[in-house]
Amino acid sequence: MSTLPEQPERTVVLEVRGLSVNYGKVEALHGLALKVHRGEIVTVIGPNGAGKTTLLSALIGLLPVRGEIVYLGERQGAGRSVEQLVRQGMTLVPEKRELFAEMSVEDNLLLGAFDRYRAGHRDHLETMDQVFDTFPRLMERRNQMAATLSGGERQMLAMGRALMAKPRLLLLDEPSLGLAPLVIKEIFRTVAQLKRLGVAILLVEQNARAALQVADYGYVLETGELSLEGPSSELSMDRRVIESYLGLGGRL
Amino acid sequence: MDLQIALLLGQDGVTNGAIYALLALALVLVFAVTRVIFIPQGEFVAFGALTLASLQAGRLPGTVWLLLAMGTLIALIEGAAALRKRHFRRIPLILLLNCGAPLLLAGALVAVSSASLPLLVQVFLALLLVVPLGPMIYRLAYQPVAEASVLVLLIVSVAVHVTLIGIGLLFFGAEGSRTPSFTEVSFEVGDVLLQGQTLLVLVASVLLIIALYFFFERTIYGKALRATAMNRTGARLMGISGSLAGMLSFTLAASIGAFSGILISPITTIYYDSGFLIGLKGFVGAIIGGLASYPVAAAGAILVGLLESYSSFWASAFKEVIVFTLIIPVLLWRSLTTRHVEEE
Repeated sequence: MSTLPEQPERTVVLEVRGLSVNYGKVEALHGLALKVHRGEIVTVIGPNGAGKTTLLSALIGLLPVRGEIVYLGERQGAGRSVEQLVRQGMTLVPEKRELFAEMSVEDNLLLGAFDRYRAGHRDHLETMDQVFDTFPRLMERRNQMAATLSGGERQMLAMGRALMAKPRLLLLDEPSLGLAPLVIKEIFRTVAQLKRLGVAILLVEQNARAALQVADYGYVLETGELSLEGPSSELSMDRRVIESYLGLGGRL
Repeated sequence: MDLQIALLLGQDGVTNGAIYALLALALVLVFAVTRVIFIPQGEFVAFGALTLASLQAGRLPGTVWLLLAMGTLIALIEGAAALRKRHFRRIPLILLLNCGAPLLLAGALVAVSSASLPLLVQVFLALLLVVPLGPMIYRLAYQPVAEASVLVLLIVSVAVHVTLIGIGLLFFGAEGSRTPSFTEVSFEVGDVLLQGQTLLVLVASVLLIIALYFFFERTIYGKALRATAMNRTGARLMGISGSLAGMLSFTLAASIGAFSGILISPITTIYYDSGFLIGLKGFVGAIIGGLASYPVAAAGAILVGLLESYSSFWASAFKEVIVFTLIIPVLLWRSLTTRHVEEE
């Protein structure tokens, strides 16, 4: 969990400077700056309505932004599109999962590899085996319709589908939302596992305790601005974070 | 009405119904993937039939010019976009695809006299001329407004339809054409004479429907189209862009339309504006399927064909009225039985 803070060869996957997003005249995000390194889990915690989902939608190209986004050493221009970013290995697991409800688990996973297939890679069957290794439950359910899965299984499928794209940066939007505590534990265990595969993960969470446990570095987002940041071990000791997000349990 | 007439009418109805079913499937597909109510679907029927007729008469079909014009327009738009984004390496491909290929086709048509070619080659050429118009129309008319409401897309459809009708009149003239039968074979089953051409329409339609089924169930591109229809955002996040899905569904719709036109042109005389009515009957079938269910749409279209054929016997003056009035009870039934789902 504790990588050395200033290792020189740590490559920056994503760097954001002065990022602002507007919904019409309302500014939802203001002047955000954050960094994600290779093989690192970075979390953004914050209350409802702070702009966490907006941040991820903006990063993946669903929303127009102002400011600077450097992804894999390349400055993203105004013409960036979701499809282009997906091709470059950025994948979002959205808050609403956005599964293909009337398709089987297997087909959902297959489509996760659609862009790689289109680009000429034919390794989706091996990737699917790896995903099944990570989520054995999906293997059991492979022929079931996505709509018939439980909440936890849906989250697993959404993550598995994203992994089919062999992402370099995985954006996770509230993976714990609406799930039972035991399932949350399982999901976060997998998130920690993914790190070992070298995937950079940007994890947006309301469940601050679980997020800070698994993350290397954390940011606190409040009403559209980053108010605090630091290594997650420090953040979880910070008095303001404990009072606002962790409650009494955080001192244990 | 005796049994023989009933069977004859039934045969007629099922044959036309098969064509309507193909068109209904295309309409459901296009609507599910792009939310476009594709009124110009019927124009592809007419263009397919009339292009084949022109080829058989040894004339240069007007669709060549349309293909060249739209190709050039798209090359200009795409080329300008590529220049702006400094993707210089994409320009040769854009030119080759949108200008080179149509020019090559036009050159080939001028060089050889198409009337002397074997029938299958003529059919293939007609498809080559008409099918690319589908994705081109999507690129030019629908892609710029792809995120607009269903109503705006419908208005665009009306505009495209009216334009294509006008272009059809310009290219093919006001007189109709009928292509010679693909086969002269006929069978006698009991008292009823079964025309080979009728059977051919049926078999070809069924084969095409089976092929479509395999495309959607077994191939990754077919699944991608279904995924787009189910969840547009989810599909985009997988890199299935709306324009790719749109192009693909319009290509399929154009193929189905042109193919249907080629199938029926030996049975009925096709005029430049015949496609509209044929397409509308497919649309009634698609509405019976709620613009969502493929099997119900196909069954509904067969029902439309049968209804049309029997009403032409009992009340021939009202046959269109009866067919289109069917839509009212169907809509009533659908709106009473299905729960309303808000569009996202």
